[in-house]
Amino acid sequence: MSAAPIATTFLQSQSFIYVLYIVAFALFIQGLRGLAGPTTAVRGNRTAAVGMAIAVVATLLQRSEGNWGLIALGVALGTAVGVPAARQVKMTAMPQMVALFNGVGGGAVALISWVEFRHYGSSYGGHTYRVVSPFGPAGGLVHTVTYGAVPTYVAIFSVFAAIVGSISFWGSNIAFGKLQEVIPGRPITLGAGQQAVNLVLLVLALAAGVDLIAGAHSQLLFIGMLVVAALLGNAVVLPIGGADMPVVISMLNAFTGLSAAATGVALDNPALIVAGMIVGASGSILTNLMAVAMNRSIPAIVAGGFGGGGAVAGAEGAGEHAGTVRATSAADAAIQLAYANRVMIVPGYGMAVAQAQHAVRELTKELEKRGVEIGYAIHPVAGRMPGHMNVLLAEADVPYDQLEEMEEANQEFARTDVSLVIGANDVTNPAAKNTPSSPIYGMPILEVNESRSVIVIKRSMNPGFAGIENELYYEPETSMLFGDAKSAVSEITAELAQL
Amino acid sequence: MPLASVLTTNLAILVLAGFIGFVVISKVPNTLHTPLMSGTNAIHGIVLLGGLVLLGLAGLNAFSKALLVIAVAFGTINIVGGFLVTDRMLEMFKSRPKPKDEPTAGVAEEHKGEGQ
Repeated sequence: MSAAPIATTFLQSQSFIYVLYIVAFALFIQGLRGLAGPTTAVRGNRTAAVGMAIAVVATLLQRSEGNWGLIALGVALGTAVGVPAARQVKMTAMPQMVALFNGVGGGAVALISWVEFRHYGSSYGGHTYRVVSPFGPAGGLVHTVTYGAVPTYVAIFSVFAAIVGSISFWGSNIAFGKLQEVIPGRPITLGAGQQAVNLVLLVLALAAGVDLIAGAHSQLLFIGMLVVAALLGNAVVLPIGGADMPVVISMLNAFTGLSAAATGVALDNPALIVAGMIVGASGSILTNLMAVAMNRSIPAIVAGGFGGGGAVAGAEGAGEHAGTVRATSAADAAIQLAYANRVMIVPGYGMAVAQAQHAVRELTKELEKRGVEIGYAIHPVAGRMPGHMNVLLAEADVPYDQLEEMEEANQEFARTDVSLVIGANDVTNPAAKNTPSSPIYGMPILEVNESRSVIVIKRSMNPGFAGIENELYYEPETSMLFGDAKSAVSEITAELAQL
Repeated sequence: MPLASVLTTNLAILVLAGFIGFVVISKVPNTLHTPLMSGTNAIHGIVLLGGLVLLGLAGLNAFSKALLVIAVAFGTINIVGGFLVTDRMLEMFKSRPKPKDEPTAGVAEEHKGEGQ
């Protein structure tokens, strides 16, 4: 420090750090704008990453105290976990990876709030410490003797961040578990009492928070509040069906953003406020866009996904369909496809799980050689997240112009000879149009049943992620090819080569 | 700065940032929902800064330090993992070189091998 006092003072001056923060905000906003467009997205993401690096450097410059070793330890741990996870995750497992990354963000917020509380609220050596503005005259630390010296608003924002962060952490972990199928994807509910339980948990968490803000000195109470919020996170996400999970992850993403912004107000750190709030706002919009794409309302999703009703309706559906299912073979399917003029591929999560996208690309190349016109019908929520299917097909080099969005595709089905449904289920279920009692009634679907014939590749007759029977399989023009998506598609390709 | 103005300044920043968030993401094609969610997800890793600031406090005991190290690790995972995963996802959307047939077939073969 003494070696270059002028330079050090300049680098640590609040104005300089503020300027760096402002540069970081500009890069975040520019980056997000880029992410919203297909051609600018890659650059947008990198721009935002540069903004983040600048914000971190600025914060490190501003610090006066030590603990550098601990910072290095934390960053090293995080890098050691985060980099390999991000590099190695399969594209199919992307949604749960995003859920996990979101969860740890929420966890960080909750832990930070806890430490804030320990130092705002618990007396330490006869003093209570609190952070004042890092840009304030005291250089970041003020000794006060009473808890009352912490402005109430700081306590309010800190408590808000703790509750929301904890909900986000646990909710995201449950979402991860459901998508990874560690936990069953079906709604897990307490039945009719679910809403009441959620409400009680919320009230308990808020009551503990109010008590803490009012000046309670108990750390036990704070921990209790975190635990109740954790239970609430579990209780809210467990009853939500797997099909709604993308919307939930997006919502929790917005929550984590809001909690980060609240932490920013508590710590008087503008970088946290701006970045957190931008994510909170854009995340809310994105959640809404996704819900609209699925024809679901956010309150309905939060109130219990497909709810208890889903299982009941599913069971009824199973009873109704004593109808026959026609099984076919790879050889028959190959013949059917080879003599079609137009084939529509309808990919779903099953294709993704089986890593069949490359095999599918091979098959379509073979068909194209025979002059068959190919299209891919992409449901907005095919896969586990909006846009997930596009990522997977792009990975397999499927030409972008063959990908047809739902509206286009639905106009094409009537002139399609064969629709090849690969691991898609709920998004093709005609019950969404025809059966008002169905839990998915009203969800926009791919009208596969409009095409002249349908081949469905599927492991078994088990219902899909939403747990609902698919009427499509019982239609006379539908034939089923049972088996793993990848091997079934490869078999068809092999049979095709012999024709 | 007097207290009231610290709070009101921060609230003003909060509200304005919220509007920016709304405006920037008003219309996005379905295809980009996943990468966009993943990208915004990385940005809220900014909570890392909170951990860094608090580790600068005097008078932290061992337990507080442990909590903060975990928080810093979590924040780092959020940032590093989030940006990397988004980048990987978006790489897939990049337009490919024009001479398509030969190289793409090769790539597809490779991937097929990997999967098995």
